[in-house]
Amino acid sequence: MLNINDLHARVEDTAILHGLNLEVKPGEVHAIMGPNGAGKSTLGNVLAGRPGYEVTGGSVTYKGNDLLELEAEERARAGVFLAFQYPVEIPGVSNMEFLKASVDAIRTARGDDVMSSMDFIKLAREKCKAVDLPQDFLKRGVNEGFSGGEKKRNELLQMMLLEPSLCILDETDSGLDIDALQVVARGVNALRSPDRGIIVVTHYQRLLDYIVPDYVHVLAKGRIVKSGGRELALELEKHGYSWIDEEVA
Amino acid sequence: MSDPMQAEQAHQGLQAQSDWGWLKDWRASAWSQFAATPWPTRKTEAWKYTPLKSMLDTEWSLAEQPGTGTGTVFEDWDRTVITLVDGKVADHDALPEGVTVRLLSKATPEQRAQFEDRLAKTLAGDQLFTTFNQALLAEAVWIDVAPETVLEKPLHINQVLSSSANGRAVPVRLMLDLGARSQMTLVETFSSESDGPVFINPVTEIDVGDSARLTHYHLLLETGDVRHLGSVQAVLRAHSQMNSFHMALGGVLKRKDIVVRHCGSGAHLQLNGVYLPKGKEHVDYHTTLEHEVPHGTSNEVFRGIIGDEAKAVFNGRIHIHKDAQKTLAELSNKNLLTSHKAEINTKPELEIYADDVKCAHGATVAQLDKGSMFYFLSRGISRQEAEVMMSFGFINELLETLDDEPVKQLLRPMLASLFAKEDELARHLV
Repeated sequence: MLNINDLHARVEDTAILHGLNLEVKPGEVHAIMGPNGAGKSTLGNVLAGRPGYEVTGGSVTYKGNDLLELEAEERARAGVFLAFQYPVEIPGVSNMEFLKASVDAIRTARGDDVMSSMDFIKLAREKCKAVDLPQDFLKRGVNEGFSGGEKKRNELLQMMLLEPSLCILDETDSGLDIDALQVVARGVNALRSPDRGIIVVTHYQRLLDYIVPDYVHVLAKGRIVKSGGRELALELEKHGYSWIDEEVA
Repeated sequence: MSDPMQAEQAHQGLQAQSDWGWLKDWRASAWSQFAATPWPTRKTEAWKYTPLKSMLDTEWSLAEQPGTGTGTVFEDWDRTVITLVDGKVADHDALPEGVTVRLLSKATPEQRAQFEDRLAKTLAGDQLFTTFNQALLAEAVWIDVAPETVLEKPLHINQVLSSSANGRAVPVRLMLDLGARSQMTLVETFSSESDGPVFINPVTEIDVGDSARLTHYHLLLETGDVRHLGSVQAVLRAHSQMNSFHMALGGVLKRKDIVVRHCGSGAHLQLNGVYLPKGKEHVDYHTTLEHEVPHGTSNEVFRGIIGDEAKAVFNGRIHIHKDAQKTLAELSNKNLLTSHKAEINTKPELEIYADDVKCAHGATVAQLDKGSMFYFLSRGISRQEAEVMMSFGFINELLETLDDEPVKQLLRPMLASLFAKEDELARHLV
């Protein structure tokens, strides 16, 4: 589904990714861990097409096509979803309007019929319940005045409504208390399916107690330096990232 | 004598029709003042960014017989409506108890005496087009609300320019005196069915009595070849509250001078507004808050979206007089330019002569936020639709603060269609 080959990227004048390789097949959950500044968020942003992130080498193939050739909105319509580390507040635009516009755009791109407002409201309310967000959050401005945990749950709500093929969660666990973490994990687990790939970017192994990954990768200095199964995350938890630094050196 | 608008004939004609000596003198003194004022140029500070050239291309005359027009209709809002077509009262609903309305054009001898008293101590200022309004005034609607009156229904002054108003100058004055501890909502709407050019010149004077509360809407909804030059002057008495919302869609030329004076201590003013010129339209808001007494609070928020080759001017002045200790006053003006050829001139001005006050002001000019744009795109929403939704949201944030749902319901679709060149792009907004 996703093939990243020798990816180099920079943000403004700083080179961040230095030859990153990763393959994600449908049905797999990959965790990407690493110290601060390793390039974890850059990876998510490059895949989603955020302006300012410039690819300087390598390739990314998604479902057989060159992902890097697509505009950000085209990637979303092709099924790529980035759950933001810092979701944006958009006062004056209601969450419901935003969600409907987004779901309409993506359903249209997939060739599905646009949902009626009534059906959509029903579905949105149902999904709100699943992520433990009160329904009045649908009427509020997008992320406006939401707490950190509420913003992350709102990202999850969007993900559930859009049903992407490839989900990238960029430090979705940061700033969450244990209850919120469980809600988020439950949501992500509900999205696990044989035809969907999931990349969980995280600094801490804690999240992986709840979302059990098939593969764990350690990202350091812009490259994946170690890959393994779930046990790798536990080792990292025990020894910290300095252990990797030593090993790589 | 300076009379580049060639309005003297209209003034003289109006004078000749009247047998009311006092009124004629009152208008004549304004005419002398208007004619003695040098015509504004680029060097005139108050008109620096708003050229008046376009006022000189038409020989304006006063409407003799008003045409017909509907004006602004609110769905499902039980209100008391007074409709003025081309500046003349065409229709009005029965008035609720505690409210007296007097019309300058139909004043009885007793009312004439009352008008003379009231007009002699007019609250209006001396802006150029407030003086013009006085010199050519044929109609004034004076609304008096008795103390303690609480009006359940809003009062709607529905002003419309008819399709036969082309070439007309329409000066009209509204005076609202709210008695102590009274409460009401005043809705002023301006619309036009004229192809233009047409010149509306309204002056609104509001006196908010001790501990009275007023919710006020002043909505300039005319589009097309309309020139709207007017003023709103309000006086706040002790512990009164005024919550005022202004809006200007485009039009060839719009200029509104808003002056609010804190004359009694402990009063609170919320003054919000939005302006939305596009094409080659021009909108200018000049606001002045006069804090003359202690313990007054004011919060002013104006936002504009300027598109295409349109121009907007915002001048927000706060003047804290020497005795106005413990004043709290804030002013914010944010502008969004959606085209490279759009222009905004914004200037906040603070003049503070008291030493124990809190004042803040700020003005920003920006384009649509790139981070927000990426958020929309990353959810599959097209750039064009995102622009529409973000522009709408920027203004809708202020609409959301309004108390009256029917006003929001009237304005939201107008805004949505304004920002979206294709209806399809606004489908998620109404």
